[in-house]
Amino acid sequence: MLEITDLVKEYPGGLRALRGVTLNVTEPQVVAVIGSSGAGKSTLIRCINRLVEPTSGSVKLGGQELTTLNRSDLRKARSHIGMIFQEYNLVERLTVMENVLSGRLGSVSLWRAFRRNYPPEDVANAFELLDRVGLTGRQDDRADALSGGQRQRVGIARALMQKPNLLLVDEPTASLDPKTSRQIMRLICELAHESGTPALVNIHDVALAQASADRVIALNDGNLIFDGAPGDLTPEVLNDIYGEEDWSATIRKDDDDAENAEPEAPAKQAKPPSRNGTVGK
Amino acid sequence: MNASHPYPDIWRRFSPRQAIVRTLWMLGVVFIAVWSLGNLDITWIYFLDAHIQAADLLTRMFPPEWGHTGRIIAPMMETIHIATLGTVVTFVIAIPLAFLSARNTTPNWITWFIGRFILVSSRSINTIVWALIFVAIFGPGAMAGIWAIAFRSIGFMGKLIAEAIEEVDEGTVEAIEATGASRLKVLLVGVMPQVLPVIFGTTMYRWDINIRESTVLGFVGAGGIGIELYSSINLFRWPEVSVMVFAILLVVILSEFVSATARQKIT
Amino acid sequence: MTPPAASDATRGAASARTTWSRPPIFFTTPAARYAFWFLIAAYLFWSSSTLNIDWVRTAQGLPRAGDMLARMVPPDFSRSGLLIRGVVESVQMAFAASFIGMILAIPLGLAAASNLAPRPVYLAARSLIVLSRTFHEVFIAIFFVKIVGFGPLAGLLTLIVASVSFISKMIAEDIENMNMGQIEAIRATGASFPKLLLYAVQPQVLPRYLGVCIYRLDANIRHSTVVGIVGAGGIGATLSASFKRYDYDFSLAILLTIIALVFIGEIFSTWLRSRLR
Repeated sequence: MLEITDLVKEYPGGLRALRGVTLNVTEPQVVAVIGSSGAGKSTLIRCINRLVEPTSGSVKLGGQELTTLNRSDLRKARSHIGMIFQEYNLVERLTVMENVLSGRLGSVSLWRAFRRNYPPEDVANAFELLDRVGLTGRQDDRADALSGGQRQRVGIARALMQKPNLLLVDEPTASLDPKTSRQIMRLICELAHESGTPALVNIHDVALAQASADRVIALNDGNLIFDGAPGDLTPEVLNDIYGEEDWSATIRKDDDDAENAEPEAPAKQAKPPSRNGTVGK
Repeated sequence: MNASHPYPDIWRRFSPRQAIVRTLWMLGVVFIAVWSLGNLDITWIYFLDAHIQAADLLTRMFPPEWGHTGRIIAPMMETIHIATLGTVVTFVIAIPLAFLSARNTTPNWITWFIGRFILVSSRSINTIVWALIFVAIFGPGAMAGIWAIAFRSIGFMGKLIAEAIEEVDEGTVEAIEATGASRLKVLLVGVMPQVLPVIFGTTMYRWDINIRESTVLGFVGAGGIGIELYSSINLFRWPEVSVMVFAILLVVILSEFVSATARQKIT
Repeated sequence: MTPPAASDATRGAASARTTWSRPPIFFTTPAARYAFWFLIAAYLFWSSSTLNIDWVRTAQGLPRAGDMLARMVPPDFSRSGLLIRGVVESVQMAFAASFIGMILAIPLGLAAASNLAPRPVYLAARSLIVLSRTFHEVFIAIFFVKIVGFGPLAGLLTLIVASVSFISKMIAEDIENMNMGQIEAIRATGASFPKLLLYAVQPQVLPRYLGVCIYRLDANIRHSTVVGIVGAGGIGATLSASFKRYDYDFSLAILLTIIALVFIGEIFSTWLRSRLR
């Protein structure tokens, strides 16, 4: 489904955000992308739909090479890739319904978009999605009247309106409280599995990643250094990804109840490493 | 997907009534615009060759008559003086007037009304119109220009300063009143310091605008580069005109820069 | 018992410091302050000496003003036909120019936004805006008079230029202050540029745009009364003529009408802007 080969992104001035990332997603699964800030997670996601232009490498979705598409073909490809953002990125002055329907902007004519006169299937679909994300009846509310969690649900509905072949999700829960974060992650994973859509999810909350994802990949300084099952995330692996820390409270243990675990972001741990014999960085 | 639960397939952003009201507004605006345009006494034929005329004008303006530069230095300086002196006069008059026009510093509502009335009248009459009046009073020359600038700027500056005075922190003023200070002292120590930055900023802002205004006062005889400009235009001496255009451009850009820098320094 | 040495020290310290002056706000040293006031005084002296001020004529000014005032009152509204035609023409110029201006300002404003337009387009558009805002509208009016002749067409074009440069600058600033995240999201759905404008740019920019246009309409009404002084149509020509003919009572009538017009315009504009909320 999604084949990324040797993807490189170098910014003018020498900053190498991605140093040759190779990744294959062959089945509809939720892939969590973890790594410290600046490791390249955001860049990776945005290079796929070319909101950021990759310097070199190949990205193939459903067999179609995305990196060489011209502008109008790129727009067509984008209309089948759904994206969910950390800051929700709803158009605040528009209503919830307009925001959800804007997912179809790649496929309707300019006139229809202007007159807000979308085809009946799209409208019915939108109502159904609003129901599915738990915002029934809120279609005429202005987007800026909603809470953070509600806004993210609209964002999810907007992405799913596109009936996407791929979901790109950039830190969907970074701006939300812990309980809402779990709800949103659960929603995203359920919807992805229901529609059989592969999803790449940037997430900094390691326990949440382990609880929700089918597969975890990790980036460090632009390199892919881990690709495996959530259960394989041992403290040693996390040291490689984030640096030396006490990971005991961060990793989800198998007998933990996922509802009760209160993870802290790795950086907040101040205790010196005592588990391993390895000396510091 | 629930077949027994069909979802509505129609959604409208505006209710029919809202849509009608919006359409009426838009139609109204268009109608007024078209009526205005149609009713103007315009011989549209002249418009057709306007671009040819404009191009012709531009070719006549270049190359500029650089030798003319010497003759325009004095009028340009006069323009700057008119703007600056006019702003200085405004400064002196507008500050007390602003105190009269602010609800929290004016003695009674009559003085407030008078203050506000003066400010509104000053603003309603364009600088050039004031110039017409003062040319009739003082005769042509810089004097008329200075007073024209002043009389227009008083309304502008007075309004902004009065607004700043009204937004002053009442607590500070109360504290000073509580010490038993006289009314004047309260104004000086309690209100003035809070308002000084606004006064300064407004003065620089208006000075900048006044430089622009002063360039055209000469068209009605009130001094400055406008006089030379008007005569050169009427005599069709376009290369001279373009030199003056450059000079004005330079001076206006410089004054904007000076004004913006000064205002930045005080905030 | 001898008092502790500390109180001696305190008394000594207290008497050493009996003066305090507020630290200066604007001027860091007294020298800077004196220099400032000196410069101001020097400038005042210099400028008033270089200006050719006819002090004799100025002295005659005050009695002249009194005489003028006497002739102005009572205002002469008898030539109302002329007055009304001039006012109507001014208002029409203002409305038409505002309408055309607000439409033309959109592409220019978009082109002058650094976050939307490609760099060379942005630079060209910004230069155009700066250029047209440098010159006073009366100046632009004279140019148009020379190009298209006397009459309201010149005034219309002048006001259009003034409106476009003002509104497009506001639009450009608004766009540059936009939340780019919304743009990114709409781009990610595969929307083309026009649809991007409709869904991501317009909702953020429209309310302030409309407010600015209404403000500009009010400003245009004020300016339309003036461009006639140089022959570009409207009540300004009537006013200028009345001054030249010393018809001061008619002048006052015109002035009062202009003030009333501007006042109504301001009220209308404030009301309309409040309806936008």
